[in-house]
Amino acid sequence: MIASLAVALVHIAVVGAGAPLLIGALGTLKARLVGRRGPSPWQPYADFRKLLAKEVVVSTTTSWVFRATPYLLVATSLVTALIVPVATVRPPLAFAGNIILLVYLFMLGTFFLALAGLDAGSAFGGMGSSREVAVAALAEPTVIVAVFALALRADTIDLGRIVERFGSEPHLALNPAHLLAFAAFFIVMLAETGRLPVDNPATHLELTMIHEAMVLEYSGRYLALVEWASAMKLFLFMTLLANLFVPWGLTEPTGPVAVLGGLLALAGKLSVLTLAVAVLETAVAKLRLFRVPELLAGSFALAFLSLMAVFLVR
Amino acid sequence: MNRLVYGVIAAMGIVAAGLGGYGMAGGAGTLRLAWLVPLGGLELTLDPLGGLFLGLIGLAAAPASVYGMGDPDGGGRGRLAYAVFVASMCLVPLAANTMTFLIAWELMSLASYALVLHDRESEESVRAGWIYAVMTHAGLACLLAGMLLLGAEVGSQRFADWRAAAPALAPATRDLAFVLLALGFAGKAGVIPLHVWLPLAHPAAPSHVSALMSGVMIKLGIYGLLRVSLDWLGVGPPWWGATLLVAGAVSSVIGVLYALVEHDLKRLLAFHSIENIGIILLGIGSAALYRVAGLDALARLGLIAALYHTVNHAAFKALLFLGAGAVVHATGTRNMEAMGGLIKRMPWTAGCFLVGSAAIAALPPLNGFVSEWLTFLALFQNTRLDAVGQNLVFTLGIASLALTGGLAMACFVKAFGITFLALPRSDAAAGAHEASPPMRLAMLTLAAACVALGLGPTLVVPVFGSVAAAILKTPPSATGGDWLTLRVAGEFASLSTAAIAVALAASLLVPFAAFWILGAARRTRAYETWGCGRIVQTARMEYTATAFANPFKRVFDFFYRPSKRLDIEFHPESRFFVERIEYENPTRSIFDDWLYRPALELLQAAARAVGALQSGSANQYLAYILVALLLMLVLA
Amino acid sequence: MFRQLRTALRTGIATEPVAAAGEIERVGARLASEVARLFGRSLAIRQVDAGSCNGCELEITGLTGPHYDLERFGLRFVASPRHADCLLVTGPVTRNMAEALRRTWQATPDPKFVVAVGDCGRDGGLFRGSYAVVGGVADVVPVDAVIPGCPPSPAALLAGLLEAIGRPRR
Ligand code: SF4
Repeated sequence: MIASLAVALVHIAVVGAGAPLLIGALGTLKARLVGRRGPSPWQPYADFRKLLAKEVVVSTTTSWVFRATPYLLVATSLVTALIVPVATVRPPLAFAGNIILLVYLFMLGTFFLALAGLDAGSAFGGMGSSREVAVAALAEPTVIVAVFALALRADTIDLGRIVERFGSEPHLALNPAHLLAFAAFFIVMLAETGRLPVDNPATHLELTMIHEAMVLEYSGRYLALVEWASAMKLFLFMTLLANLFVPWGLTEPTGPVAVLGGLLALAGKLSVLTLAVAVLETAVAKLRLFRVPELLAGSFALAFLSLMAVFLVR
Repeated sequence: MNRLVYGVIAAMGIVAAGLGGYGMAGGAGTLRLAWLVPLGGLELTLDPLGGLFLGLIGLAAAPASVYGMGDPDGGGRGRLAYAVFVASMCLVPLAANTMTFLIAWELMSLASYALVLHDRESEESVRAGWIYAVMTHAGLACLLAGMLLLGAEVGSQRFADWRAAAPALAPATRDLAFVLLALGFAGKAGVIPLHVWLPLAHPAAPSHVSALMSGVMIKLGIYGLLRVSLDWLGVGPPWWGATLLVAGAVSSVIGVLYALVEHDLKRLLAFHSIENIGIILLGIGSAALYRVAGLDALARLGLIAALYHTVNHAAFKALLFLGAGAVVHATGTRNMEAMGGLIKRMPWTAGCFLVGSAAIAALPPLNGFVSEWLTFLALFQNTRLDAVGQNLVFTLGIASLALTGGLAMACFVKAFGITFLALPRSDAAAGAHEASPPMRLAMLTLAAACVALGLGPTLVVPVFGSVAAAILKTPPSATGGDWLTLRVAGEFASLSTAAIAVALAASLLVPFAAFWILGAARRTRAYETWGCGRIVQTARMEYTATAFANPFKRVFDFFYRPSKRLDIEFHPESRFFVERIEYENPTRSIFDDWLYRPALELLQAAARAVGALQSGSANQYLAYILVALLLMLVLA
Repeated sequence: MFRQLRTALRTGIATEPVAAAGEIERVGARLASEVARLFGRSLAIRQVDAGSCNGCELEITGLTGPHYDLERFGLRFVASPRHADCLLVTGPVTRNMAEALRRTWQATPDPKFVVAVGDCGRDGGLFRGSYAVVGGVADVVPVDAVIPGCPPSPAALLAGLLEAIGRPRR
């Protein structure tokens, strides 16, 4: 009990505190790749501190849904942090619903964020909500199907146990299904976290926005929460990708050393992945909005194929 | 008078629920009145499955009736039809022979037909009633044929005898009976492509009736499918289960796709009923397939998922229909484009509708999540089957369930967001008022049921487990796990919605703690919505439901086949001034275009051909009789 | 795609230190202390065009490129005044934009400050006295600092902004 509580705290601390750094590092790397000095990787922390010191301006049109959503978003991200194998293969809430819960928790967040986007009654918010749910509605099923394709070979849908199984029996990963699932998951990760080529996190043009358009109304501490939650979402998706497809380094939480080892391994994997995402974001242009669903439908098809491949190539 | 009638029906519902609970607990009972009706007499039997559905009907009828008590425009007319409707629905799961069953079934159909025609003035209702009557009687014809066939083959009209005789029947007979009965029941359940009546008929009825029609009446179709595929006909060939699974996959995805582009609030909910019936069928289909393969534990899991989702859907769909009814009553329209801003005017209704929306979108920790989780699990376990063809069918089920989940979430963002949030889009919506106390009570009860069914799977699943075991005729087995965690598939997976709820609640405190530690500013200022400096904000600047659904229309254009019509009238003086713009972006139903219209045309052509025989000449008719007699003689 | 990456890697970092001393006219006293303390490391800027000839905008656009790179100081442009700490207002305020500017200012959460850019922003500049113009930015919303010039160069803009938030240049 105490041990799992400690692991829970480690997970929350790592995800909560590490997520802004991940976003910051991504920003710095992207700036360097285009020849700029760029912001410091610690910039998001300064942004959050400043946002907390500001007042909140809330639209008179909004209801309690708008004000409750930032808290709920953070809560869903934090609970998700207890399901994803971050530091060990036994995340503290692993028993609560596995991969299906993970996807539906993200859906819970998207649901409320999209409602909040509609709440102020501005055209931008509605546009953002509509696009966000369109992306999520196609991306989230892909996560289930792709992860399930892995789960089938590991014979469990418990994320930690999947990692464990692939870690100890790497030959299981030698399968075309694995590659297809990886491709599908990677695309979905970019879509779900609002990265290029699906969404441009740095855009200022309302007509091209997806995620940003929904949060145009948020300010001060609410904005800080929303941004923190989406940073955590990116962190969790990247962690999931890293640990599912490169399953080494994580162990059971036998002691502080094991947990620390898992964290170090994670840091290494995330560094490589962050670099990859930064290079990709520098190299590709944003897709036209109505090409995005095609990309997502493609990734869903990939995941579906990978699932079928499990049966056909067994 | 109104109150009395609805009060009595509500009390009746509670009694029915008690009786159903008794049946589920294993209490059996039989009532025979041979003299009452011909052909086998009236016979009622209580068994666990019947008890479950009886209880479900009772528990849904109670809040719906309480709501009817407080509904000023829905309650007055059609009280008798409503009473007959509820009573006949209660009889269906108890019926133990063909005659009793068909009488109850037809009474239920006729009473609901009368209720669909509630608004006799509107042409739409009349059309809805007409299509409903045709489809429902086509279904009845299939049932009648199937039941008479079985009755003739077995030599008895009692269901218990069918059960005993089923294994000995010829496979062809069983297959034919399965097809006929399954078609009849699937029509009632609204399985695609037999769904055309459902989105027309359900919205036309008063809302407390819509709640019962969508919540429980179509579930009696599911009840029938359960009896047919798992009970009366014994263990069938794999294609029965595979057909159900594929039908479920198709219904779930197509149902939600139609709902996405629908902006009539009640019709949107009706399309979601099709989707949920599909999800239930996924469970039933997998149960049937596992049972053929001898995997009893998995068959039970599939059945538990189906039953759980049946009950859940009754809870949240009834809730949503009641909420929609309150909204329709307050705004005088079913068109979402004329709503908006109701969360401030109808806070209770909005809160309840939000719970229902989250539940139907399967968001944790509410009840829809639990049953979809179980369904996923039932589908996932197909690795235990060693038949590639069947595995692929399951894969289809998994993909469609996953897709359905995402699309349903999107659809309910639209349903709740456009209806309740932002600024009112019409004067009626601006002047809306909260629902009356009985209506609120009914909605709150159902919302509480959604939460309870969501948090208590460890208590509910064993109950369904015993019902499932009774249908499958396997010994009941204890489910794993403890009071906190549900384990239905060993190490494969586990679920604890209570833990999720606690973790979510605890996590909600984290931001507050962080604010306190970091000394965040507390000031909040209210100001208008940001609109790039524009002077006034009006409802016409809001995103509409049509615009919201547009990305989906584009993605799935091969399915919707949308067409666009833009009609602009310019000012006679100058083309730079527009007098009127009309924009229409309708979608078409592939089922109407490719299935029903050709079928109708064929039927009409056939009728015309036969009509040629009918010349009106008496001589010719005498000649027909002569030919017929001769033919009979030759054949004899 | 690879060509672009190769060029970027070969060129290295093109950003240069801020050379020219910026001129800035402090209008309010609060800039020095409070703003420096709060926004020293993170400043979100919302740019408002109140009727400029777009000369100033051209120069502002230069700030985000590799050469001037304002992000290295924790400054960045945002898409909504709700996210902003500083309104960077260009141009004389025209009659049509006066109300919009006022609303933008209202929509920005406190604490916030306003920087008027260009000679136009200071007092109407070239367009002073026109029937279509209300006047400088200060005639509509309270201004905390002015960066003069027609247009001010990116270097002057950057220096002025850094001066405003009391951040040492690097
Ligand atoms: S200051 Fe000069 S460049 Fe800037 S808006 Fe005025 S006229 Fe144009």
